[in-house]
Parts: sequence; structure tokens; C-alpha cells
Amino acid sequence: MKFRKTMALAFAALALSGPAATAGEAQLSGEVRIGELNSYSTLPSFTEPYRKGWSLAVEEINATGGVNGKKLTVISRDDGGKPAEALTVANELLSREKADMLVGAFFSNVGLALSDFAKQKKIVYLAAEPLTDAMVWSNGNPYTFRLRASNYMQARMLAEEAAKLPAKRWAVIAPNYEYGQSAVAVFKKLLSEKRPDIEWVAEQWPPQGKIDAGPVAQAIAAAKPDAILNVMFGPDLVKLVREGNARGLFRDRAVVSFLTGEPEYLDPLKDEAPVGWIVTGYPWYDIKTPEHAAFLKAYQARFNDYPRLGSIIGYSAMHAAAAMLRKAGSTDADKLIEAGRGLSLTTPFGPITFRPADHQSTMGAFVGVTGVRDGKGVMMNPAYRKGEDYLPSEAEAAKMRPAGN
Amino acid sequence: MSAPPLLTATGLARAWGGVRAVDDVSFSVAAGEIVALIGPNGAGKSTCFNLINGQLQPDAGRVLLSGRDITGAGPARAFRAGVGRTFQIAATFASMTVRENVQTALAAGRGQIMRPWGAGRNVARDDAMRLLALSGMAAQAERPAAELAYGDVKRLELAIALAGAPRLLLMDEPTAGMAPADRADLMRTAVAVARKQNIGVLFTEHDMDAVFAHADRILVLDRGRLIASGAPADVRDNAAVRAAYLGDGVLFAATSGPHPGDPKSS
Amino acid sequence: MSFWIAQFLTGLASAASLFLVASGLSIIFGVTRVVNFAHGAFYMIGAYVAWSLTERLAGAFGWWGGVLLAAAAVAALGALAEILVLRRIYQAPELFQLLATFGLTLIAADLVVMLWGPDELVGRRAPGLTGSIALFDQMIPAWDLFLIVLGPVALGLLWLLFNRTRFGVLVRAATQDREMAAALGVNEKWLFTGVFALGVFLAALAGALQLPRESVNHHMDLRIIVDAFVVVVIGGLGSITGAFIAALLVAQLNAFGILLFPKISLVIIFLVMAAVLAVRPWGLLGRPDVAQRPPAATSARPWRPLGAAGRLAMAALALAAMALPFISGEYLVIAATETLIFAILAVSLHMLLSVAGVASFGHAAFFGLGAYGVALAVKGLGLGMGAALALAPLAGLVGAGLFALAAARLSGVYLAMLTLAFAQILWSIAFQWVEVTGGDNGVLGLWPTGFAAQPAGFYWLTLGVAVLVIGASRVIMFSPFGYGLRGVRDEARRAASIGVRPGLMRWCAFAIAGTGAAVAGALFAFLKGSVFPDTLAIPVSVDSLAMVLLGGVQTTLGPLVGAVAYKALSIWLLSQTQWSKLALGLVILAVVLAFPRGLVGVVNQWRDRWAKRPPGSGEHP
Repeated sequence: MKFRKTMALAFAALALSGPAATAGEAQLSGEVRIGELNSYSTLPSFTEPYRKGWSLAVEEINATGGVNGKKLTVISRDDGGKPAEALTVANELLSREKADMLVGAFFSNVGLALSDFAKQKKIVYLAAEPLTDAMVWSNGNPYTFRLRASNYMQARMLAEEAAKLPAKRWAVIAPNYEYGQSAVAVFKKLLSEKRPDIEWVAEQWPPQGKIDAGPVAQAIAAAKPDAILNVMFGPDLVKLVREGNARGLFRDRAVVSFLTGEPEYLDPLKDEAPVGWIVTGYPWYDIKTPEHAAFLKAYQARFNDYPRLGSIIGYSAMHAAAAMLRKAGSTDADKLIEAGRGLSLTTPFGPITFRPADHQSTMGAFVGVTGVRDGKGVMMNPAYRKGEDYLPSEAEAAKMRPAGN
Repeated sequence: MSAPPLLTATGLARAWGGVRAVDDVSFSVAAGEIVALIGPNGAGKSTCFNLINGQLQPDAGRVLLSGRDITGAGPARAFRAGVGRTFQIAATFASMTVRENVQTALAAGRGQIMRPWGAGRNVARDDAMRLLALSGMAAQAERPAAELAYGDVKRLELAIALAGAPRLLLMDEPTAGMAPADRADLMRTAVAVARKQNIGVLFTEHDMDAVFAHADRILVLDRGRLIASGAPADVRDNAAVRAAYLGDGVLFAATSGPHPGDPKSS
Repeated sequence: MSFWIAQFLTGLASAASLFLVASGLSIIFGVTRVVNFAHGAFYMIGAYVAWSLTERLAGAFGWWGGVLLAAAAVAALGALAEILVLRRIYQAPELFQLLATFGLTLIAADLVVMLWGPDELVGRRAPGLTGSIALFDQMIPAWDLFLIVLGPVALGLLWLLFNRTRFGVLVRAATQDREMAAALGVNEKWLFTGVFALGVFLAALAGALQLPRESVNHHMDLRIIVDAFVVVVIGGLGSITGAFIAALLVAQLNAFGILLFPKISLVIIFLVMAAVLAVRPWGLLGRPDVAQRPPAATSARPWRPLGAAGRLAMAALALAAMALPFISGEYLVIAATETLIFAILAVSLHMLLSVAGVASFGHAAFFGLGAYGVALAVKGLGLGMGAALALAPLAGLVGAGLFALAAARLSGVYLAMLTLAFAQILWSIAFQWVEVTGGDNGVLGLWPTGFAAQPAGFYWLTLGVAVLVIGASRVIMFSPFGYGLRGVRDEARRAASIGVRPGLMRWCAFAIAGTGAAVAGALFAFLKGSVFPDTLAIPVSVDSLAMVLLGGVQTTLGPLVGAVAYKALSIWLLSQTQWSKLALGLVILAVVLAFPRGLVGVVNQWRDRWAKRPPGSGEHP
């Protein structure tokens, strides 16, 4: 009985202390506040390196005097991996934590929800990771900027490589949701434009996260394609690679694969990493530019770990946000938008610009061929593709955005 | 043409797998008549009950209530036609008080059960109390039904069954599981109400004291077939009945202990 | 031809692991009647532990030893969980144990990330079984052949265990009749612990045996648990052979289904379940009696409407709630709005679960229908907020009405699982039919207008709707109809014999609950300004169930208290920590152990005890 009463009291105390403990107003003077949220609990493999990346950037920014003479403070939250929860968190960042702008998100749907939220609340949102094209085009709005090379850009980079292959019969394996569907649609369209002679012989659309890889691999192999487009990633990719290897699916076939060169997805496979796939990714071990070398040195010194793509995105996003705040000289949303349009800065991937017409940055991606080196999966002969070369012209992009945005 | 009897069952048959639980059974019950349906364990009493109640669809045969066909109509329609029943293992609404149990039945009987407004516990309070008084439960009206002693649960069941103002009352082992003193009391109550309100009663019972004390007529089932029917004295002397009961070990001696249920036919 | 054979063999291999998980779940349910939501967590932990062991132990013996050791270790963990948690709450209302295992699942999800790190782990493959074998000129992985053999062997071993050992005979006796088993002098406590450990062993073994096929990651638990449940239900609760056949059926239909319909994977398992249950309401080899159990909500404490003091208190509470926007910041107002919306959802589920005694594992279906109803009304029909809010609940009404018609023959856990299937099929449509629903990217721009555009305005609107819905639910609960519902719940036979039609009453309960949930969903759409397939997903169903159970399934105010406590806590935890699941899981476990009748249930208990009066005498005019 005593135990029960104690529990009751403890629970009541917990319930009551909630609002009281956190309702305190933040110290607002003398700092610029960025509200940051990402899927830390849902997708830690991507977001933990991302967190390290932006933490490093914040340290660098504040070591060199902060922003506009003020200290840059980041209030970071988990977004629960769901749009609805992300909006709860965004509300908290905005109305209680008095964030001056929002940064973050991994999932496309979370990003889109935040972008619509930003428009509604008239606050600037810098989308770091989400890939969906809707973010800057069909659902684009003035308050949203996007850093990472989008779905369309990566599809175009890969389609360009695919067009060079002799393969005529193509098969598709993609997760059955918006990301997979739009990646395939863009890739198909661009490749078919360049190569009217190819045909699409098989498609498999397993549910994201739940691929039954054996039957899928078998079904694709039965169509005897010359080449395969893969959009699966994460745990699905591991299953597909293992089953595909065991069943000889990839033997003598070209494979073009989205994102597979990112360390987040390639590293877990170790010596089972696929060989000879044309992929987009982040070959941190082979990038010799001075910008990247400086970043790599600082990152490894700070965290005693190698960077993943998430690290680059987090690091660049925070620097981009700071640059936007500096250029605006203010935290006013309209001034930030003005500053963001055409904002240029240097990232570990080189110089990027946020295009005035669609707020998409010109950060590119690396395209290469996978291989195994010292028992680890790597990207061989990676080449950086500049984002601006794979985007539609600004005039075309502006037409894709809703009127008045 | 004279008025049809209250209940007429003709040629009822129902098989479970290959076993004929009820096989070509015909009988009738008149208004105000108390009829006992007896037989050894597994004789098909409960199946027979469920056929009359409409719970089961017979393989053959018909059930008429005052000439109206209620064969396999389902318990709810049988109820509306005027059939009330109590269960072998008493079934009351455990989450309600005693009075609310009866009020729920009254609300259903008066077509108010689909009404989603108004307080259910104010429906027909007086009538509920009257029924509880009839079955000797008035003093316990406000108690939770779940707390009642088993004998009182059976009384409550009787009150619930009477709430629909039935013309025919089916009672499946009304006194099973009760203390001896309670049994006689309950049967007396039930029979008194039935006689007063001209309700026909069909009941099954293991307790032969109760059967012979109250039944106007007795039907004897054995292995699904009706082997005897008539006044208590006639049935008592029937050779076939004696033979059927020999195997069961319960020859018409008055038995007083509680009887286990009849699992095969329930 | 050879391709078809290869596809068939592949299907067999997929069936094996599905069977192992499902059989464990089935055994646990059969004996303890616990819907073990944590089964997926044990599967996942089995994989993680096996990964650690096989990375360290060398050689073939090391690998196989590691896998078995992992399964045994996790089984011990399962036994511990049973002794520390479940054993204390077997007497609690049905489904309450589900809440406890849900808490365990939340804890496990965060713990594995803490212990093993965020990266997915690719383990070593089984020594000697890494290659492939050419069969009919198709390459079949050797590991698949092992799994194909393992399935029937596991079935055979389980058969021997249950038919040739004393333990097995006792387990079977307990599955069929718990009281009888107790009468046989079985030590029920340890039998339950043993059975739980056995079930967990099978789950952990299945998880460990995934090492050669897939990476170990912290999403494995939820990925397997629903499939496992569906397989158990298709096979028939408590039937191991049934689970085996069901696993085969699902795996083969999937292997061949994707050839014709490449997008079918997500729904096929639910379609199979719906089809099987339509023909056999108790699964392939299940028996009706296993499903017939007294409903969770039957309480020996008669429900009472609030007396004058209680009503005054509620009115005062509502008035106080109205004042919130004047004394707090915008965030708290928005958080309170969300909490109110979930209170509406919980109250609607309570109508179904507690008043009508119908368990639903898919309440998200009706919530999501309301949310998508708003999206359709605003984006498709161009309606304003008021009209959309008025129309969207109809989507829930129609959806629930149609579903209840289709599911009329089912009851108990089978019906609950069919609600889950319904929700999952709707979710799949919303998720995959991108052209119409926007898919995963959702429908945006559904912000409230007019006075409700401000958070305070929308809060008052929501508060008004919540007061209406909660008030209406209480009126219904205590109306003659409410008594009829409870009558059907307490004793369906008795209810039918007094002229209450159980089927009709249950249908009405679904319609009311579906409409109420859709009201919540519609408000949710406007609160978030957007609708995503998440509104139809399992977490919404589980959350709503957790709220009702937390508050006390046998009480009338439970859903309100449960929703406020649960939602406020989870919103707060989300803002406080990245390990919100761990914290929430611990709180749930603590509540479950301390208050096995829920938060309101325990208050009632205390009140009864301290008042020292018969509960029936507290009559209010």
C-alpha cells in the first residue's frame, strides 16, 4: 500500500512539475536563437552525426564572435520522426523558446509540415535533409530554404551516368511511398529522354522498411534486365544486397542506386558492400579539396570519429543559417528571406548559393562507383557534381512554385 | 376453430455432427400451464430449449407461439413475441445494480432501449420495484448485481425474465446451484407469479422434488427423443422413463444436493 | 517452371521466421491470455544479443552457440519481466497487460540504441551456410534451405513438447481451461513464467536467426509485431499448427502476389486475415471457446452519473480550462488543445471498449478518416473550416458503420485484430496512393480560419467541442441505450433474451465511437494544418488504447484522466529528452504496477474503502 501511495504522489508531482519547470522565459538579450529539430530518436544513425556536425559549426561560429555581435544559441529537440509531433515541437521552439528561425528535419513529410508551418507562422525555416522536390517547387513558399541536393538533382546525376551504359532493359526496385515513387518517376523521365531505345521490364515496390528481399530479388531476376535502378536504403538495402548477392541478381548487371554511397548506408555492409554500383554518396576518405580537408581535420579532432553525410549537412546548415543571419543583420523574417535569396557561402563541398527563384541551394553530390577496400565499402573514383548543373533554370523552377510564392 | 395453444413445437430436430441431440420432438404448453422437461444428462434438454428460444435453427420442425411461427427467429424476436427465459448458469448484468438490471429489461420491453438520452436509471422505477418485490428482491434493489449470493442472482433473473411481460417463460434449471431451502422458495415464487399472470412455464430441472411439486405436466427426453409425457403420476410409473433414468443413477429419489450442469447439452 | 519453384522455396524460407515469432506469441496468449505487445521487442533484443555474441565467439560452434545462447539469455530476461511485471497484474482487467507490455516495448526501443548505438549492425552469416546452391538453374541461398528445414522441425519439436511431456500437457490444459488446470494442482505461477519464457525464447531465436538475412536495427520490433499478431489470428489464437499454416499462407501469397501486383506487400497480410476471418471467425484452427472471455470492462462497481457536486466540479473545471489562454503562453495553449483532442479520441474509444465491451486495436482508422475527411472537404470540395469540421465526422461514421457491418460475426481479440487490419489497409491507401492522398507527403495548408486562426481561438473551439462530445458520451452512457450497451457487454445472451439485439447495439457503438474519433481527427487536422498517413497508423491506435487503460477501463472518467495524463506527459517528455520513449515506458510500467485498475480506478478503490459504505448506496438524485 505504501508503495502505491508513493507512486501516486510521484506521478502527481511529475504531472504538475511539467509546465512549471519549463515555463520560464528564456534569456533573450544578447543571443540569437535557432530552433533545431530532427529525428534523433527515430533515425539516430543519420541524425547523431548531423548533431555533431552542427555542434561543431556552432562552436566555430561563436569562437569567431557569434552572429551580429551576439552569441548563437541552438535549442535542439527531437521531432519524434512524425510530422504531427514535429509541429508540436516547432510550436514549442517558436512560442516558448522564442526561436528566431528553424533548422532541421530528415524526413520529407516532417520537412513539408515544417515548411507549411513556417509559412503560416511567418518564420524562416532552413530544411537541412529532406529530399522531396515538393519542398521548393510544388509546395514551395518564401519562408522555406533547402540545403541538400534534392531528389530531382540526384536523379538527374544518376540518369546522366545511366544513359552512358549500354543497358537497354531496365528494372526498378523502390520503396512504395512518395520518396521512392518520385525518385523513380524523375529518373525514368530523364533517362528515357536521353535514351529513347530503353525499355522498363520490371518493377518491384516493397513497403519501406519491410522488404521481403528474397521474393523481390527473385522476381526482378526473372525479368532478365540489363540494369537495375535501386531506391531502397537502410535496413532494406542490407537485405536486398544480401539476398541479391546470394541469388546472383547483380551478377553481370549494371546497378544504379540512390544514396547508397553515403557512409550511413554503405558502412554497415562492410565487406559485403556491393561492387560496381553507380551511386550518389559521400566519399569523405577521397575528397581532397582544402575546404573539406579543413572540415575533416576539425571534425576528427573534435569527435574522434569520421564524418557521415549527416555531419556535412548539419555543419553546413548551421553555417548557412549563421550566414543568413549575418547578411540580414537582423532576425526579422522578411530581412532573413531577402538575405537568403542569393546567399553564397563555402561549405566542405565547396561554394554554394541559395537560388533566389526557388530557395534551393546549389550544394551538389558525389557520384561514384562502389567497391570494397580493406574490408569496407567505399566509393571509387568519386566526382563532385555541382548542384547548379542539375537543376532546372530558375525561370522554370519559379513556374513550378505556387503563384505568389 | 379453437384458439391454438400458447406454445406448439412440432417435429423439432437438431443434430450436432452425427449426434441427434433433438429428434422429432413435438409437444405443446397451454397458457398458465407449468410443464417440466426432464431427462438424463445429455438427453437434449438445453438444445430443445435453445430451439424454442430461437437461439438455434432446427434442422426440421416448427415452433409456434399462439399460432405465430417463431422458428429460429433469434432470442430478441422470440422475446418480442412473448418468450422470457432464465439461464442454467445465471446471467445477469454484473456492472449494474439489481434494480438497473430489471430497468434495462423493462426499457427493452417497452422499446426504449435504443433511446440515447434520458436517465436509464429512472426508467420504470416503480415497475422495477414491483417486479423485484414479486421475486423477493426488493430489499436488495440498490446492491451491485455482482455482489449477490447465487440464490439471489437466480431471483433477479426471474425478475428480469418477467420484465418483458412474457406469455411463455422458459426456465433452464432454475434452481441449479442453490441451497435446498432457497430452491423450494424460488420455485414457489415463480409458479405463483405464473399462475397469477396466466404465464405458461416450461422448465428443465434435475431436482425431482421441484418437478413433482410444481409441474402440471412432465415431458421426458432421452437421447433426443420424447419418451413420455403426461401428468406427474403417470410419468412416475412409466417403464420407459424408469429405464432411461437407471443409467443415470438418479431414479426418482428426491435429491437434495446441488447438481452439476449438463455440459454436453448446454 | 524453375522460377516458380524457386519462388515457392523462397516463400517457404520467409514463412519459417514468421512462424517462430508467431508460435511464441500464440503460446503466450493461449495460456496467459496476455496480448504480448513486447514480443517484437524480445525478437529485436534476441537479434542484438546474438549479434554481440557471434561477433565475439569464433568458429562455427561460436556462431551457433552464440545464437542459442542469445535466445536463452533473452528468454531469461523474458522470465524476469514476467515475474516482475506481468505476474502482478494477471488479475487486472483484460488488455491491461497489453499496456504493460507496451511500456516494455517503449523501454526496449530506447535501451537498444543506448546499448548498441544508433547504427544498424550487419552480423556475420552462419558458417558453412553463406553460399548458394543452384537448384533448377536458380540460385537458392543455403541459409534459405536451412530455414525451410527449420520451420517443420520447430513445429515438430513444439508438437513433441506439448504432447509428450508433462509440461506440455499442463500447458495444453491451461490453454483450454485455466480453472481446470488450477484444479489439477498445477502451480500456475511457474507454469505461466515457463510458458512466457518459452514464447520469448522462440521470438529471440527468430530474431537471432535474422542475422544472416538482415541488419540488426532498432526498428525491428515494430516491424515484426503486427505481422506476428496477424499470423497468430489467421491461424487461430493458441493454435501452433494454425500459426504454421498461416505463416506459410502469408509468405507464399506474398512471394507470388508481388509478381502480379508489385505493390501488394503492405496489405496482403491484412487482406488474407480479413478473408480468413470472413469465412472462419476464429481463424483457421482456432476454437470459439478460446475467444469467448468476459470483457475487460465488466466492473463489479456499478457506474454512477455524477452527482450535483461532481457536475459542479466538472463545470468549474471547464470554466477554469477556458481561462488558460489568459494565463499561459501560446505553446501551452497549443499543447492543451492537442491534449483535449486526444481526450475526445479516448472518450470515443471508451464508448467502444468500456461501454460496449468491444476491443479495438485500430481506432486510428476513424481518427484518420476524420482527418482525411477535412483534407477532402477543404482541398477537394473547397469548403471552409466550419463546414469541413461538420462534415468530416461523417467519414468516421460511414467508415465505422461499414466496418461494423462487415465484422458483425467477430468478437474478442479477433474483432480487435480486424479493426487493426482495417486501419492498416486505410493507412496503406493513404501512404501509397500518392496521386490522391499525397502519400507520405500528406496534405498541407489546412490551417483554421477566422477567430480560430489564433491558437487561443482554436483552443476554445476545441474545448467547446470536447465539452460537447464528453457530455454527449456521458448522456449516452447513462441513457437506456447505454444500459443496453452495457447489458450486451456484461451478458450478451441475457441481453438478447430480453429483446436487446447485440449485433445492432455493437453496430451502434461502432458508429458512435467512429464518429467521435473522426471529430477528434478533424480537429487534429486543423490543429496541425496538415494531414499525414500517420493519423491512420498504429501508434495512434496504441496511444488511444493506452489512454483508456491508463485512466481505468472500468471507470467512466478514466478516458478523460488517462488522455490528459498520457498526452501531457508525452508532449512534455518530447520537449525534455531524446529518450522520451524510455521515460514514457517507465512511467507506464510504474502506473501499471502501482494502479492495476488505472488512475481513476484506484481513486474509486480508495473512495470505496475509505467511505466504508456499500458502493450502491451512494445514490444521487
